[in-house]
Amino acid sequence: MHPEKDIKCYAVVGNPNSGKTTLFNALTGLRQKVGNYPGVTVEKKSGQFIGQHGEKIELLDLPGSYSLNSHAPDECVTRDVLLGLRSDTPRPDRILCVIDASHLERNLYFITQVLELGLPTIIALNMIDLAKAQGIAIDVLKLSEELDVPVIACQANHRETLLPLKLALSRAEITRSSWAQKLPSPWMRAIDGVSAVWAHAGEKTSQRDPLVRMKSLLLLASPDAEIEFLAKEMKAGSALGIALAQRSMLDRELPLWREALVSARYDRITELCQAAQGKSSMLGDAMTHHLDEILTHPLWGWFGFLGIMGLMFVSIFVVAAYPMSWIETTFGFLGNCVREIMPQGDLRDLISDGIIAGIGGVVTFLPQILVLFFFIGLLEDTGYMARAAFLMDRVMSKVGLHGKSFIPLLSSYACAIPGIMATRTIENAKDRLVTILVAPLMSCSARLPVYALMIAALFPKGTISIWTQGAIMMGLYLFGTFAALGFAWLFKKTILHGETPIFLMELPPYRIPELKHVLLQMVQRARIFLKRAGTVILGISVILWFLVSFPKNPSAHPRNWSTSSQIATTSVKSDKATQLEYSYAGHFGHWIEPVIAPLGFDWKIGIGLVAAQAAREVFISTLAIIYHVESDEENPSSLSTTLIQETHPDGTLVYTPLTCLSILVFFVLSMQCISTLAVVRRETNSLRWPLFQFCYMTGAAYLASLLVYQGGKLFGLM
Amino acid sequence: MNISLSELQPNEEAVVLELPKEERIANRLREMGLLPGTTIVFVRRAPLGDPLEIRLRGYSLSLRQNEAASILVKRTQA
Repeated sequence: MHPEKDIKCYAVVGNPNSGKTTLFNALTGLRQKVGNYPGVTVEKKSGQFIGQHGEKIELLDLPGSYSLNSHAPDECVTRDVLLGLRSDTPRPDRILCVIDASHLERNLYFITQVLELGLPTIIALNMIDLAKAQGIAIDVLKLSEELDVPVIACQANHRETLLPLKLALSRAEITRSSWAQKLPSPWMRAIDGVSAVWAHAGEKTSQRDPLVRMKSLLLLASPDAEIEFLAKEMKAGSALGIALAQRSMLDRELPLWREALVSARYDRITELCQAAQGKSSMLGDAMTHHLDEILTHPLWGWFGFLGIMGLMFVSIFVVAAYPMSWIETTFGFLGNCVREIMPQGDLRDLISDGIIAGIGGVVTFLPQILVLFFFIGLLEDTGYMARAAFLMDRVMSKVGLHGKSFIPLLSSYACAIPGIMATRTIENAKDRLVTILVAPLMSCSARLPVYALMIAALFPKGTISIWTQGAIMMGLYLFGTFAALGFAWLFKKTILHGETPIFLMELPPYRIPELKHVLLQMVQRARIFLKRAGTVILGISVILWFLVSFPKNPSAHPRNWSTSSQIATTSVKSDKATQLEYSYAGHFGHWIEPVIAPLGFDWKIGIGLVAAQAAREVFISTLAIIYHVESDEENPSSLSTTLIQETHPDGTLVYTPLTCLSILVFFVLSMQCISTLAVVRRETNSLRWPLFQFCYMTGAAYLASLLVYQGGKLFGLM
Repeated sequence: MNISLSELQPNEEAVVLELPKEERIANRLREMGLLPGTTIVFVRRAPLGDPLEIRLRGYSLSLRQNEAASILVKRTQA
């Protein structure tokens, strides 16, 4: 027997906020695969569960959609999969529609479109409890009768209510709905005309085939600017010509034909809803109404917003710092163990300084990612995310972005990696891309030690108050923020311009979040990060380790580690410095000196910049090695004292105030984080965008530093 | 009296008369259920004045002032 052969495969479709993903998670649990649809930045989620007769049932969670007449890339994926247009995903043989029972009318617009595809369909009437609480009593039998498909009431967040649904999904045979769109006769003739040509061109299809009729309808209804593109996507061939001719016919016979198409569907749905649920109240959920009176209040709304954002930000910054330091200690300890146990040699160094340090570098990001996604999960599940966007949209729209770009940008103050991963909540692809491109300009926590060191070098102890230092630090953060907003504006005006889709956002009712669902999303994000970005980060860390360790300095002698006198430590340190100078990275530092000299940097700073590509804070440990200083991120004071005494061969100071300022400006703007690039590579599903991001940020950093240094010199500063 | 949707005050009920001329915008609005003849309630403005929140067909939708200004409505109560 071939068990795989009779696997039932359902596509799960529904409106955003219909609880579709919650239901998908409740049915499949951890048996999920998360990937990407090739060529687009849309996530592909599939999972399995065991049906009532012990058979495997496969579910494909398609992106939430409001219509088959799609606009956003996510919605296009849903349409294309349902129409069988994607070569990477076979057309599903069954469909599970998820409806939010408290929003029956709007949900049915998309669901009736799906019914017309003529595939065996089951409807899950989700959140039936919330509908009841709002006084909406739905006659499930009536609904099922009218739509001519099984309708099963359930609550995705209560396992025991899912049994009838599971039973239905396990059925051997499911009928196809006879529901068909009723349109004014010119519309019907137009669809007949196009589908006749289409069916004629195709081999097996008939003019009455629901798939052909739906394709014809979508082609006819598509916007003028998109019809040719859609025709190509759907392989319409000669049907395109007929469609264009039918559209001019519609223009003559039914001037409001576009409106007629939508209103015919809504009219029928309104009728159906009146029969199945009676008239629903205009105001909806009372609790939501009251909460919004506070949370979107002109004054109290901001208190709530600042409180929630502040709590989230502090958690990422402060709470995540504890596990991060434990992880660092653990990996430092592991590295030391290897160094003690293994015999001295390149292999030991590779394992302790390359691989273990690299894995440590990847895992350190996990606490921040977990904390941020815990909050994002909560914000999305409660419905506050849409309110945050509602509050911030005015500000973000000034630079051409959507209110939903706010949270990813805010999180990037902690670390750009979770911030970039959080851009998934932005539906519009261009807005998402712009947000990803500018997110690393928000000063992340890895820049903080570099800022602290340079400010300390700029103003040696006692010369300025802690408040002035704080003000400078604040200035750097503001500089980065304005740079991010400025570039966002620039990108929306130039490379990513084009029609901005209109801002229409549903404000879903507030709901009590389900911890299990939030945790599942959190674990999923962490898993994706480790699998996709982690491997790349590890690989590049090993390469960078190689660049600072090879070729070996021939004059360095194997050291005897059992000697533990003061002299031995000093010689180890100077050995490290000579090794660094001798390495590829050292060569590279010398090599780029002519390029960075106009910024006021010498080759030693150059080595620091090369090493900082792994992560910005590495700049400090590298400088410490170069200048033989025992220093770390926590305590930069001894290093800064050394720095301000450093001189060029001609006796002038290296770290003049102007050079320090130039370094600061460079660090605010430049892209020195391979981990971020690896995540951008994964999130945009392309090499082009991380490359572009690296170039524009490094370019901007170079220009700005050049301007600061040369301009400062012109004005007689040093 | 016919006014634009953005001129409504909180809690006022109105019926949609005309959608924006631009086809792309009108299409999106229609598919979200905002059609000529649809009854809406103006709920509130965002604290910064933009966007707006309206209720229609049993759900809440937010849209920007820009689009709302080109939607023609008629108040249903005096």
